[in-house]
Amino acid sequence: MTTALRWTRANLFSTPGNAVLTSSIVLLFVWAVPPVIDWAFLRAVWTGTSRDACVGADVGACWPYIWARAGQIIYGFYPDGERWRVDIVYALGIAGTLWLTLPNIPRKWLGAALMIFAFPVAAYVLLLGGVFGLEAVPTLHWGGLLLTLVVAVVGIAASLPLGILLALGRRSELPVIRWFSVTFIEVWRGVPMITVLFMAANMLPLFLPESLDTDKLFRALVAIAIFNAAYMAEVVRGGLQAIPRGQEEAAKALGLGYWRRMTFVVLPQALKISIPGLVNNMVSMLKDTSLISVIGFLDLLGVIQAGNTDPEWASPNTALTGYLFLAIIYWAACFSLSRYSARLERNLNVGARP
Amino acid sequence: MLRRSVERMAARKSARQYWRSLAWQLAVVAAALLVMAWMAVNAVESLQRQHIASGFDFLNETAGFGILQTSVHYTEESSYGRVLLIGIINTIIVAVISIVLATVLGFLIGIGRLSMNWLVSKVCAAYVETLRNIPLLLQILFWYFGVLEALPYPRNSVRVGEGLFILNNRGLYLPLLQSESGAWLVWGALTIGVAAALALRSWAVRKQMATGVRPATTGMVFGILLGLPALALAATGIPFSLNWPHLDGLNFDGGLHIFPELAALAVALATYTAAYIAETVRAGLQSVSRGQREAAAALGLKPSLAVRLVLIPQAMRVIVPPLASEYLSITKNSSLAIAIGYPELVSVFAGTVLNQTGQAIEVITITMGVYLALSLLTSLLMNWYNSAQAMRGE
Repeated sequence: MTTALRWTRANLFSTPGNAVLTSSIVLLFVWAVPPVIDWAFLRAVWTGTSRDACVGADVGACWPYIWARAGQIIYGFYPDGERWRVDIVYALGIAGTLWLTLPNIPRKWLGAALMIFAFPVAAYVLLLGGVFGLEAVPTLHWGGLLLTLVVAVVGIAASLPLGILLALGRRSELPVIRWFSVTFIEVWRGVPMITVLFMAANMLPLFLPESLDTDKLFRALVAIAIFNAAYMAEVVRGGLQAIPRGQEEAAKALGLGYWRRMTFVVLPQALKISIPGLVNNMVSMLKDTSLISVIGFLDLLGVIQAGNTDPEWASPNTALTGYLFLAIIYWAACFSLSRYSARLERNLNVGARP
Repeated sequence: MLRRSVERMAARKSARQYWRSLAWQLAVVAAALLVMAWMAVNAVESLQRQHIASGFDFLNETAGFGILQTSVHYTEESSYGRVLLIGIINTIIVAVISIVLATVLGFLIGIGRLSMNWLVSKVCAAYVETLRNIPLLLQILFWYFGVLEALPYPRNSVRVGEGLFILNNRGLYLPLLQSESGAWLVWGALTIGVAAALALRSWAVRKQMATGVRPATTGMVFGILLGLPALALAATGIPFSLNWPHLDGLNFDGGLHIFPELAALAVALATYTAAYIAETVRAGLQSVSRGQREAAAALGLKPSLAVRLVLIPQAMRVIVPPLASEYLSITKNSSLAIAIGYPELVSVFAGTVLNQTGQAIEVITITMGVYLALSLLTSLLMNWYNSAQAMRGE
């Protein structure tokens, strides 16, 4: 008891100023937290089939709206009969991720090989269809969590190798390649992502021949990959700069050519140092997937935003409930990713410097 | 003999390397030119096929649509070029407001995270971890559709005083300071006062450096700073008036009207970026080693002076470069305004003007060019600041 009291005194009420700060924060909590809990849970509506359940002066969050939209939130507008295909992709993705992240599952190399080479092919065939008797589902019908994950995963998978190449190019001894990389990186880092998405949606089709009728989602994915590659490149460059010159010189002395020096000596060390920064970039990319709703895609945010204005459900409480639900989902995903990056950082001992 | 053959081998090898690097570079240039030519041919064909005009003449054409917030003269008869100008101005307005708010909030939270008070540091940490991990677009939509729509109608506005502060679902109304004739004299006096006070301060610092004694200038500084404008005010008979907002029918009129779009965007940008600035500030403060503060204490500096003269100047060197890139992020992120219809550059120009003219290539090139110019300007300013702030005598 006395230790608790002593702790409180030392950490909360050490000076008059601190006492005032502590009390005002406690007061703020007492004032702000109960109404939020009251709205989100105590006064909330949990069952119902339309907005009628959620209107009224005395009503809080409108959770049946989320239940009613669950199908759209998870699958987008994927045909009802074909949703099992999405389920398989989800299951494969989760299994692969667990294999790679849980420390006590063996044969990481096999898991990595399957995730890098087999999973994308399987997901592509299953989701898009049109072969092996699977009904074709155009990307127009993709949406919700499915679209968000596709954009995030493809974006990350495509931007990382491109970013590594750009980082190497920026440090190249060949002036043309160096200047090309610098310009490329700085241009994309200097403009907002929205303008890049606008470019993919409105300007890119003009630069392609009429015969090459590209998918709108494909164009957006290319834009997202290029945009984020510039950011990845800067993180990798930071890692490259931290590797002592002697490493590359030693590899040169052994007679290794440029690509061997990079793949076997420099990059393995540089990428290891870059991991925390790369994961931070991935968190940003996951958050930024929501921007595709601005150019008309119905991703997680787009589905909710469209649902909020649906006359069947529209009410002030509906919109807030939708946003609260989305905030919880994005927060959980991004927070756990950044925690995972912190754990990696500790395990790889990156933080410890002599 | 042996030596000569080794030399010859080295020369041959370096010659081979030279040709190889030349080949690589030529290949890159050729590929880039080929892609560009291919795209240009396609573009010419597409524009002809879709009957889209090209060139920048459209900037002189009549826009024909209204804009919510205009700080320079604009009517529906104004040109697309005018729309571009208004878009840039509105981008700068929301960026400046958000930067000021985010800096204040970010420094408070960053310092709070290092507080000895357990509750304060935990609350600040929770703020950072919550705001950073939720998409900015969602936060903007939350403030606009969630919070501002829930505010009362104009008749039931939240009011402080008669017209000092009026908040309703049409926005925020504040009294507006209006200059009348002769006001320039007061502004001029204020400018001269500030300049003179700065000059006086730098003279005092030089004197202190030379003799070790700082002349007492506080009284004089305040005298100049307040006295000159006061004199000008008295001489011109207070050439200012306050324009109070007042209820006119169903809506408020007059005063300074901050649109809900601007308010939601600025609040969302500021609170979101403050989380990142807080982390920057924390890293900066932590980068100053403990010994610095102890040395300051050993020299007999008061804690407040130690913070001002020892801790902050060293921390700022670490804080400012990432701070500048956060400011740039705010400017770029203000383009998310398109989701709620605040009329900044992307929303009015890359949105409305592009839809009306269909000249995607020109419109998007101009839009990107403006942001690139802003980025370039910021990095130039940063280089200048860094060279001015870099440690001397090293």
